[in-house]
Amino acid sequence: MSTALLSGSGITKSYGATPALRGVDVTVGEGEIVAITGPSGCGKSTLLHCLAGILRADQGSVVYRDQDLNLWSETSRSRLRRTEFGVLFQFGQLVPELTAAENVALPLLLAGSGRRDAREVALGWLDRFGVAELADKRPGAMSGGQQQRCAAARALVTGPRVIFADEPTGALDQLNGEQVMAAMVQAVREQGSAVVLVTHEAPIAAYADREIVLRDGVIDPSGIGIFG
Amino acid sequence: MSTAHVLLGLLAGGPRHGYDLKRAHDDRLPQAKPLGYGQVYATLGRLERDGLVARSGQDQEAGPERTSYELTDLGRERLSAWLTEVEPPAPYVSSVLFNKVVVALLAAGAERATDYLTAQRIAHMTRMRELTAVKTRPGASVGDVVAADYAIGHLDADLRWLQTTLARVAELQKEVTT
Ligand SMILES: Nc1ncnc2c1ncn2[C@@H]1O[C@H](COP(=O)(O)OP(=O)(O)O)[C@@H](O)[C@H]1O
Ligand SMILES: [Mg+2]
Repeated sequence: MSTALLSGSGITKSYGATPALRGVDVTVGEGEIVAITGPSGCGKSTLLHCLAGILRADQGSVVYRDQDLNLWSETSRSRLRRTEFGVLFQFGQLVPELTAAENVALPLLLAGSGRRDAREVALGWLDRFGVAELADKRPGAMSGGQQQRCAAARALVTGPRVIFADEPTGALDQLNGEQVMAAMVQAVREQGSAVVLVTHEAPIAAYADREIVLRDGVIDPSGIGIFG
Repeated sequence: MSTAHVLLGLLAGGPRHGYDLKRAHDDRLPQAKPLGYGQVYATLGRLERDGLVARSGQDQEAGPERTSYELTDLGRERLSAWLTEVEPPAPYVSSVLFNKVVVALLAAGAERATDYLTAQRIAHMTRMRELTAVKTRPGASVGDVVAADYAIGHLDADLRWLQTTLARVAELQKEVTT
């Protein structure tokens, strides 16, 4: 087991009276791909959002490189998300006014890269995801699969330490899903990034090194003993 | 070998005649090929020779259909070992998986069936992960990917079945034990 890069302990989170997480412990090692699986509504997305510092847990701690994110201000957490984390959701959420290349270059520009360098790096990533020829197209002119490839490129472009992917292939057909996963896994292996991968599909979870199974907001121990 | 294990499972609840075993087999495993009487007696004969079952009684009229059989301690052990053993995760094992769940419910109860399904799910998931690692290995050929995808697709079908069956163990038990 690699050393812990990110860990949550005793994470509790409710939406009003609805408990979504009821005390979850999870550890992600440096460069490790961890799948979070389980039936719909079991709390996968909530856990991912808490670990990424997008949501603040009601109780428990989320520690990233020895720092408790729950104690940080929203400003510090959003800076962390820009610099060290990459996120990818089911529907890519590209900026509609920007071209594919501009979307992918955006995180680099926010991190202070020059325009020309950023574009060059962005083009390289679009190529890795098989959509180089769409560089100057806007999302509206692309298929869902193409948009998702751009979104994956954008999530990886800064070489983040951790990538949070919530059902990244959920809106894709099987072949597109496979291709996006394969390109993503190959890239994170090269970069040494860790991945928190939420999915309810076994063949997607099989890309991970380890699987955590959630049920009703807690870790299902029969799932854990397995791969832990 | 599976038919022999199913017969052992059917005997777990107490002694039975050959014709009774055939009926129970065909009722409980409706997707299986119905057993012929000849097959039942041949299998019982082998199980008896191996010391896994023993004759427990004979009605007045002699004849094979009047002989009842019971599990021996060795038979009980063999059955338990089979129920514990995870099947090699390979395409087309599904009828063995199904038989094992039903026999576990008949012979040992819901917890045993759940334990088995959980263990089998782990084995399938582990195999799927190995196959995925093969196809994402740098330098994997298209042939490697396509071959792995075939096996992954079949394992995925089994996994969906394992998952839904896990959720239905209690219901299935009611049906199987009434
Ligand atoms: N914004 C929200 N407001 C209210 N309830 C929510 C919200 N988001 C999620 N939930 C509830 O929290 C539980 C966990 O949801 P979620 O984390 O989205 O599960 P999953 O991603 O596994 O499907 C569910 O019962 C869901 O209905
Ligand atoms: Mg979700």
